[in-house]
Amino acid sequence: MSQNPSQQGQQAVQTTGHVWDGDLQEFNNPLPTWWVYTFFATIVFSIGYWLIYPAWPIGNTYTRGFDTITYVDKAGQKVTSHWNTRALLMEDMNKAAAFQKPFFDKVLATPYEQIAKDPELENFVMATGHSLFENNCASCHQTGAQGLVGHYPNLTDDDWLYGGRYAQINYTITDGRHGYMPTFGEVLEPAQIDDLANYVASLSGIHADPAKVAAGRQLFHSDTAGCFYCHGEQATGRHVIGAPNLTDQIWLWADVPAHHTAQGKIEAIRKVIYNGVNKGVMPAWGDRLSPVDIKVLTFYVHNLGGGQ
Amino acid sequence: MKLGFKHEWIETNIGLMVVITMLAISVAGMVEIIPLFFIKGTVENVAGPRPYTPLELRGRDIYQDNGCFYCHSQMIRPFRDEELRYGHYSLAAESQYDHPFLWGSERTGPDLARIGGKYSNAWHVQHLIDPRSVVSQSIMPGFPWLATTPLNMSDIEARMKALRDVGVPYALTKQEYEADVKKFGPELAKQYYIPNAQQNIIEQANANDYDGRKNGPITEMDAVIAYLQSLGNQVDWSKVNENQLVKDR
Repeated sequence: MSQNPSQQGQQAVQTTGHVWDGDLQEFNNPLPTWWVYTFFATIVFSIGYWLIYPAWPIGNTYTRGFDTITYVDKAGQKVTSHWNTRALLMEDMNKAAAFQKPFFDKVLATPYEQIAKDPELENFVMATGHSLFENNCASCHQTGAQGLVGHYPNLTDDDWLYGGRYAQINYTITDGRHGYMPTFGEVLEPAQIDDLANYVASLSGIHADPAKVAAGRQLFHSDTAGCFYCHGEQATGRHVIGAPNLTDQIWLWADVPAHHTAQGKIEAIRKVIYNGVNKGVMPAWGDRLSPVDIKVLTFYVHNLGGGQ
Repeated sequence: MKLGFKHEWIETNIGLMVVITMLAISVAGMVEIIPLFFIKGTVENVAGPRPYTPLELRGRDIYQDNGCFYCHSQMIRPFRDEELRYGHYSLAAESQYDHPFLWGSERTGPDLARIGGKYSNAWHVQHLIDPRSVVSQSIMPGFPWLATTPLNMSDIEARMKALRDVGVPYALTKQEYEADVKKFGPELAKQYYIPNAQQNIIEQANANDYDGRKNGPITEMDAVIAYLQSLGNQVDWSKVNENQLVKDR
């Protein structure tokens, strides 16, 4: 059992005088000296801090402090500002930009076809492109750019909705795209859609009903359905309007690969013809990414394997 | 130290202790917050930020209902890594019509301050219904009911009036409407006219395919996606003087 603290030894400390439960008392120790001096030291420190950094509000303004940051703004002018996190960011961006400038300048100055001939430059573009892609593009086109059947095109194959040349890819990224196919469920008879589905399936070597294929071929090239307007006489698509090639066994909207029977595959195609497509929206990145970033991404996507 | 002060005075007088404690813990807040109401440039003078349309406003409320802000911040800080990933740092001006603001302090998911226009509506629909169907490594829960829950718009006028009371320029009178026309143009002023709010929700939802259906039933999905697509793309950065933004801080 502890003793009554007020009676411990010669250096007994004072208590507050309160007593609870007969023997429960409260020490009244002074603050340790080191603590008190540290406290005063922090007050002295704060005075230096006020002088250096933005501190006291005065009316509709505040003391800016003596510390300054100099950065180069977008117009190339040197600007000196009082210390603050926004100026600090500018300085930070300046430093990194100065370091990367020779590379980005070279990217801008080098035609696409020449980039691959300079291994160091190509490494830079592919590495930068990769992080830009993962940040901005991978949410839809997936981390490996493999796309998602039924939603987002695969960028690693050589099948292109809007063209796989550098200029076309650059345009697609800058201005975005909006794929559209009308809903044929309201225009055509179910049997006609079935015929068309069989014909489209046959173009990719899927085993289909020959009679329906023949009827579908006729319908495809007729003004009734008008499929050839967009997909072309040979059903090989048109890049100008993003109409896909139907003969290459690569599927975006119809989830054909998910089905293992010819019947299932044809049904998947039938659904797309019936419902149409109005969700192939690629956002425009021109406002979000700089021209050089878009050039880097264009090269990156082109070089994922399918560039033309 | 003998300064003639005895802390017994405070410790034995509970009323005094309450008052002094409250003063002590609120002083830092008061010193940091109150001057901001008077300092010029606290809310940067940039063109573009606008109040939410009624449909976006309902989306914002649903965003709060579902606790999206627990995991998603809406505040890009002025650091290089954040600027590279999310875009320009957030301005106070961009949340001047937010009551309350949804800056948040936790980033289990990515910051959403500039999500507007980054992805297509179709992506948002699919992602909100089943996040892992598009982002395989995501740990976000799905919100599939948004697509099937009809949007409650019966109380939209009350919601807008409440915001009007705290300073958002939603219009109740002809004069306020005219002021909005001057400030935001006729298209938006029409959206901010409280008596037309329900009609405006229906029109905006029907004119766009936020949930993948034009003219379909209006769901919570419509509202949430309309809200998300409005985030962070209202300022025209080509007209902003960056040096002034630096001076403002």
